Amino acid sequence: MSISKLGLQSTFRPTFDLELCDGCGQCASECTFNEIKMVPHGDSQIPVANRRSCGACHRCEIMCPRGAIKIIEDPFVTRPHGIWTPHHINRTHLQASTGSVALTGFGAETNVPVWWDRMLFNACQVTNPSIDPQREPMETITYLGRKPVSFREVDDPSALVNRLIPVNIPVLFAPMSYGSINLNLQKAMARVAKKLGLLWYTGEGGLHKDLYPFTDWAILQVASGRFGVSPDYLKMGRAYQIKIGQGAKPGIGGHLPGEKVLEGISETRMIPLHSDAISPAPQHDIYSIEDLRLLIYAIKEASGYKPVCVKIAAVHNVAAIASGIVSAGADMVYLDGFRGGTGAAPNIVRDNVGIPIEIALAVVDQRLREEGIRSQASIVAAGGIRNSADIMKAIALGADAVAVGTAVLIACGCHGCQRCSSGKCPWGLTTNDPELSGRLDVDWAEDRITNLIKAWHHEIQEIMGLNGIYDIGSFRGNRLLLRGVDLDEKELSLLGIKYAGE
Amino acid sequence: MCGIAGLISHQREKETGERIKKAMVLQNDRGNGLGAGYAAYGIYPVYRDHYAFQVMAETSFALNAVSELLHNNFWVAHTEEIAVWDKVITDHPLFMRYFVQPKIREKESNPDDFVMEKVMHINTSIDGAFVCSSGKNMGVFKGVGTPKDIYEFFRLDEYHGYCWIGHNRFPTNTPGWWGGAHPFNLLGFSIVHNGEISSYGINKRYLEANGYICTLLTDTEVVAYLLDLLIRRHGLSIMDAVTVLAPPYWSTAKRYSDPKQRDKMIGMKVIYEPAMLNGPFAILAGFDGGLFSITDNTKLRPMTVGTTSEYTYFASEVSALYEMEQDFTQVVTPRAGQPVIVKYHTNAKGD
Repeated sequence: MSISKLGLQSTFRPTFDLELCDGCGQCASECTFNEIKMVPHGDSQIPVANRRSCGACHRCEIMCPRGAIKIIEDPFVTRPHGIWTPHHINRTHLQASTGSVALTGFGAETNVPVWWDRMLFNACQVTNPSIDPQREPMETITYLGRKPVSFREVDDPSALVNRLIPVNIPVLFAPMSYGSINLNLQKAMARVAKKLGLLWYTGEGGLHKDLYPFTDWAILQVASGRFGVSPDYLKMGRAYQIKIGQGAKPGIGGHLPGEKVLEGISETRMIPLHSDAISPAPQHDIYSIEDLRLLIYAIKEASGYKPVCVKIAAVHNVAAIASGIVSAGADMVYLDGFRGGTGAAPNIVRDNVGIPIEIALAVVDQRLREEGIRSQASIVAAGGIRNSADIMKAIALGADAVAVGTAVLIACGCHGCQRCSSGKCPWGLTTNDPELSGRLDVDWAEDRITNLIKAWHHEIQEIMGLNGIYDIGSFRGNRLLLRGVDLDEKELSLLGIKYAGE
Repeated sequence: MCGIAGLISHQREKETGERIKKAMVLQNDRGNGLGAGYAAYGIYPVYRDHYAFQVMAETSFALNAVSELLHNNFWVAHTEEIAVWDKVITDHPLFMRYFVQPKIREKESNPDDFVMEKVMHINTSIDGAFVCSSGKNMGVFKGVGTPKDIYEFFRLDEYHGYCWIGHNRFPTNTPGWWGGAHPFNLLGFSIVHNGEISSYGINKRYLEANGYICTLLTDTEVVAYLLDLLIRRHGLSIMDAVTVLAPPYWSTAKRYSDPKQRDKMIGMKVIYEPAMLNGPFAILAGFDGGLFSITDNTKLRPMTVGTTSEYTYFASEVSALYEMEQDFTQVVTPRAGQPVIVKYHTNAKGD
């Protein structure tokens, strides 16, 4: 250690069982952060940890052919203090060393309550029978888009049905751009969306030509950088999404450094090789709701009136903003809560800006209903959805569908080391380094994501069945199916649910 | 568990409530004495063009408030106490009947909308008062007691109607109280229901966004309001409305060979997703043009139907059908989710 290393202490490290280790060196080649080095030892060599850069990604541990590695916690101990924890001391040292904004990836890690965990489902007992999903139909088909208030307004039902977007399970793959993740992962998601009848979002990085066969299941994004947006792009998608904000970093833009703008990305984003790809914080043609309306209708005109979705970060005034977005003509509102993931964001923004999706979703759904415009737009909830229970709680609060990003990464190997912005993702997910992205086999990733969605689908059907509900439509917005625990009156009223026992 | 019975004369031949009572008394054990009720159509021929408000009030103060509200908003043609035999049930609310016409200019507002709004207003803002029924030439009689008690209490052998429905309650989720007994009514729609509506939470929110206020603490209330919204305000046919409430599965709808029929079904399912009923239910609903039944898609509650050339009968139990009629041309048990709709003959009598 030297004084220049202040703030760089790792709190994990790999340990090696030298009795099992045969010195093959696989671990050293797997580690992309140079935590492990092979050193000569007698006739052979053994791995040694430098104890400075382990992020607990578990790549070495899982890939070790001998099972000789275990990642352990290696706390950097400071004198116990309620405010100045090792985390804050380390952070201060780090910034004093570098003078820069501390970047991170993944989703917020603060101890703000997770309201999902404070809501519990009802179940049938005696007076209404539960339904066994193994024996009875249990349907999760959902149609997304703008719906009329009354069937009387429908002159041509076929035109209505064709305008809407059906999904077999209301779980979508959240926008993650080509650039923030690599093409292999996008391909895997696109294949699963096509196979299972779901939707995937492109994110703001444009649409690589290899993905053209999957556009019927794709929502293509138009973000502040306008990457990859062309007349053809505006004809190809099933729907379009205008990205205003992101839950992990509301109010700020993005920056893909030039060294990451490699050939495929340069072509897809339609920018010169190795030029910085900068997404400005606001869309510079949207400074007001009227401007948003113009862009919504510009995209509708250009695309032949395909549905347009607007993605916003959940912020304080989210209900009024969402109401404005629906009035401005959006067919879907995508709400991204503050726990949503990111490829790169200032740590301080990720952990301190925005509001949680549970509350945002509840107030938006209620507000749109009160204004009589709920049917005009579907609500997609995202940002910290971890499992099928979270999904169904979101549906019960009023979401038409949820979107998951982090869970997809985890399904493909991610262990949450939060170093997505480094470009060194050891699992080959959030990197476009040709060698590292080769670590992600598309077929394998497709299987993993398929399995995850299928497992969730079974669980969703169980949750519906044990509530005696055979169609997810009767679960949607049905807040009587939820009860709160450890919540105060204000939280209950914002969530629109009763307390356990009521 | 609850008991249901209904009968309808295709030719609008009138009769007292005797036969419906027998069907309900036979099903006595389907309830627990905490609620029973009847609805009868065709019972007020003299005032057939007036809305008949049948009001229940816990205090004379509440009743006066209703009276004042009605007089301020309606031309009241006739007011009378609803005759009761209080030896059967001594502890009961006050009952009053008003035959009224809205004080509105026709172009200003739809009279049915006006009545609906006033019903919601009375139920929400006058403490202790509820409107049992508000349709024309019909009435709802309900309270806490057995089917026999309620029948005798309201002296239903003195009324003559061409369509009767009855209900016997075994409350499980909500308290047994006079306002919570079935049938639930709004304008011409009267609903009796056996079961539990698991979709209540979203049905209620959907109705509230459409100006209805659910005040009666019972899930069945939403069915009456949904029918009013779908049929009267959205102009759906009875068949379409019934399909919206208990639609076919997606897997069935998507198999329809006729693309027009398929897209109509998908369109209705999509638009009316929050109106769909889920959970175990068998529902019998009276309306100005007839009577219909629906059950849930899994058929978790019973409903049988018996027909003769002149009448159609409905009951939870087959044995109850035979309390009303001995000689059926057929007795059928509708399949899960299959509605049965009976309309008066076009050449039937006028009232």
